[in-house]
Parts: sequence; structure tokens; C-alpha cells
Amino acid sequence: MSYKCGEYKIVGKRCLAENIYSFTIHCPEAAELAHCGQFVHILAPGFTLRRPISICEIDKDNGDIRVVFLVKGHGTEAIARLNEGDMIDMIAPLGNGYSLSSVSENGRVIVVGGGIGGPPLLETAKQLKHITAVLGFRSYGNIILEKEFRTVCDEFIICTDDGSVGEKGIVTGPLKRELEKGDIRAVFSCGPTRMLGAVAELTKQYGVFCEVSLEERMGCGVGACVGCVARINRNGEEKLLRVCKDGPVFNAGEVLF
Amino acid sequence: MSKDLSVKVAGITFPNPVIAASGTYGFGEDYTPLYPLNRLGGISCKGTTIKEKAGNLPPRIAETTAGMLNSVGLQNPGVDVFINKYLPELKKNGNVIIANLAGAVIEDYTAAAEKLDATDVDMIELNISCPNVKQGGATWGTTCEGAASVTKAVRAVTKKPIMVKLTPNVTSVTDIAKAVEAEGADCISLINTLLGMRIDIKTRRPVLHNNVGGFSGPAIFPVAVRMVWQVANAVNIDVVGMGGITTWEDAVEMMMAGAKAVQMGTAIFTDPFSPLKVIDGLEKYMEDNGINDLSEIVGTVKPW
Repeated sequence: MSYKCGEYKIVGKRCLAENIYSFTIHCPEAAELAHCGQFVHILAPGFTLRRPISICEIDKDNGDIRVVFLVKGHGTEAIARLNEGDMIDMIAPLGNGYSLSSVSENGRVIVVGGGIGGPPLLETAKQLKHITAVLGFRSYGNIILEKEFRTVCDEFIICTDDGSVGEKGIVTGPLKRELEKGDIRAVFSCGPTRMLGAVAELTKQYGVFCEVSLEERMGCGVGACVGCVARINRNGEEKLLRVCKDGPVFNAGEVLF
Repeated sequence: MSKDLSVKVAGITFPNPVIAASGTYGFGEDYTPLYPLNRLGGISCKGTTIKEKAGNLPPRIAETTAGMLNSVGLQNPGVDVFINKYLPELKKNGNVIIANLAGAVIEDYTAAAEKLDATDVDMIELNISCPNVKQGGATWGTTCEGAASVTKAVRAVTKKPIMVKLTPNVTSVTDIAKAVEAEGADCISLINTLLGMRIDIKTRRPVLHNNVGGFSGPAIFPVAVRMVWQVANAVNIDVVGMGGITTWEDAVEMMMAGAKAVQMGTAIFTDPFSPLKVIDGLEKYMEDNGINDLSEIVGTVKPW
């Protein structure tokens, strides 16, 4: 698995919602290698550790990678202060993405995202056909990428915790309904850990192939420091595997939530 | 530019004085997409134990001002995997490969050291300073008796040069340095991480699942310089300095404090190319100052 490390130019910046920013980064070498579900490791100016941010869109023709991130603390705040035209220090692409090739051609794919877990599913949805997107947000002010998902998905279901837009409640409601309809070849998901646990449980009940993308505090980002592990049950044995290199995408059935 | 940056530590020649610090560089393989590993003077491999070790539960990482905490807890595949899978690949690089050895009881150290003795690994770094395991690790390194007994036992089973890695979490690091020197250590590396803690004020939980962890990065550099200086003045064996080295100026400073070579760790997380930048910076420093051999600057600090 190959990756690049360098300073790349931010060619587009947008604020998508409160504290949520979108950067388009011109990095042809990294874009060429990138796969949906992988992440980039961004150096926040003045900080010791980089911040892992999942890839939202890959434009190999123009050599761009788009990332969408939430300002959570001082590090992401420093990244958000960068502007169009600035250089951004980035290691990319990293980790294992969603295994699109392992899903059959027939049937529907459901992408299930919660909050800032939505972005990596956009590139995933773009690369597949017959997609149903189920996206959950806290409230109407937190909704991001709605137009983009509507463009690439056959069906788009939105839910909010407060019911201000779409269905009231969490993503598992609509997901269960969709699974009930049958003919689902795969579910790809990203979002809060508790949500991923519920998605894993549901897909297991229906016997549907499911992959989830995990998040963890990271050190090196490339597998060397073993700082970002998750509890994974592989071949009947519980192991602590690296989210950065063995993941961030894991088979849902293997993750011990 | 064609300066000879080589340094000799415990009789082993390093092509340059910059070594990747144990625990930050794995077994090298993760960084091969960026540059050939032989650009480094050496690699101190991930802390290895006689048997596979699962390590601590996550979260294992926390950021601090100008540094970080980790509580990995020596997760590693065991010494046999190191010897059979990683060492042959690493040895192809031609630079110095150091095995970092940790254990809970003395027999863990000696059993693994015996196995390593039969390989072509260049050096054994004894980790008696890991702050993240409940048994072993730092418990060996915090008393003169403990440090001396591990060193003596490993000395008895190997002819490989032994580098003993010391913890800063002690009252007198020089006493411990002298104790391991007396038992046959060929050189000393320091400092391992300082024990630290962060608390998430929203959850009132420690950020690390292990509650406490090892503090590293630029913030600890002055502590490291002080301890390297003290130890270099207290022993006659070679000293390898580490702790927060980020720039070539830091490396020069550490060498002036008494280090023959340096290890870099946390800086690699910030910038994977940082060791190469330090090497290039050292070469330019030699050119600019008419230095032909880096040993000319080792221990040259002029205390007030």
C-alpha cells in the first residue's frame, strides 16, 4: 500500500454547516492512489499530532481530493483557519477503504451515515449503482452534502434527532425498513460508534454484508506506532488491530463494539 | 556536500547519528513508501517481548501542548516474529538495526536475548523503562538493583552490544546509569517518556484508557538534555540522547550535552521526513563550521 506525504494546495474551501468545513486539495499523486473510505492525515499548523480525516470525494482527472471535517477541538480549529490558496501538510491516502469489489453487481447498496460520518460515503456512493442513502443528523442546521447525495443516489432518506427535517429519530429505523424490503447486496456505514454498533447488529440479523469505518485517536497514521487500535474478532480470536492500517474500514461482524 | 556523518557507539559504526526511536517506527515497513530506510543511521525496532503482547485498551494516544501521551503497552508480535519476519528485511538496508527488548521477569529478557544473540541484529536495547505496563518495564528501571540485575542477566547470555534505555521517572538517573555500567552495559540511551496524564473535562475521564501514559515530544526536550548531560558526565560508556528532538539544532544540542548519537520519535509523527531533515541539517552544520567528525562536538558544552 502506497501513500504520499507533502504540502499540497487548498484549491477550494467552503463552510457547509456550523463548524463543518470542506477543503478541496490539489494532490495529483495522492488522488491517483486514493480509494473511497481511506483517509488523509493532516498536520494542524503548530500541533504535534496530525488529524485523520476521511476522504469525501476523489477527482483523479483533476488530481483533487475533497475532505469534509468537523471542528472538534483546537487542532481541527487550526486546520479550519487555512484558506484557499494555502498549503496543507498531508499524508495520503491511508488505510483500507470500503471493499466495493467484493459486492455483487446485483441488488441495492445502502450507505448509512451519521453526522460527520456522511462524507466518506459520498465517494462510495458515486462509485456504485442502485444506492439508497440513509443519513442522520442532529437537526436541520447540521445537514451536509444533501444535494450531492441526492444526485448520486437512487433513494435518499434523511432523518434528524429532533424531526426538524425528514424522519424523526435515528438511522436504524429507516435502515431496518430498507433491509426488510430485501435484495440488499451490501451496507457501508460511517458515524458515531454507538450507531455503527446498531447498524452492525441489524445487518447481522438480516445476513447482509456490512462494512463500518471506525475512528480513533491516532499517532503516526501509517501503522508504526500502534496507537489507534480497535477490538476486532478475527478468525475466532480477539485482537487489537490498528484503525489506521488494518482499518479504518472493518467488516461489521468483526468489530467488538 | 560529502561530509562523513558516521559515528561510533559501543563499537558499532552508524552511517549517521540519527536513529528512529523504538515504538515510533514499528519495524520500519510502514515508512518504506516515503524513503529508503537506509537513509537513517539506525532503527531501534518496536519493543519486543518473548511472547506476543496485546497491549493496552484504547484510547492510547492524547495530544498535549508541544507533545503527546501514549499508553500502547508494548503491543508486539513477539521476538520470534521479529527474528523471522522483520529482521531479515531490515538487515538488507545496511544501517544499524537495534532490537528493543522488554519483559516482565528476568527470564523474559534472557530468553529473548539468547534468541537475538544467534541472529545478525547489531545491538540490543534493553527497555527497562516502559511506563505503560503494570509488570516489568519501568519497574526494572526505577531502582539501581532492578536495572543492574536485568543488565547482568542479559550480559551473561549475549555478546551483542547492550544499550540500556533509562527512564526519567526516577530520583537519580545517574545512580541507575552507573549501576548498569557496572554490570556490563555497553551504552545507555535516554530518556524514555515521562509519566503523564490528561483528563477529558467533559467526561471527567482520563483521555487514556490506561489513565496514565508516557509523555514525549518537543515539550520534554530540556528535561532530556539535562539528563543526558548528567549521565554523560557520570559514566564512561557511550550515551545516545533522545526526548523531543525535532530539528538538527536539537540534535547538535543533544550531542553537545554528551550524546554520541540521537534517537527521534514523536517528531516522526509530526513530519515523517524529520529524521532526514536533521541529517541534512547536521551535514550543513559540519560544512559551515569546518567539522570533519561529529565526535568533535560530543560533550563540548561549557558549563558555567
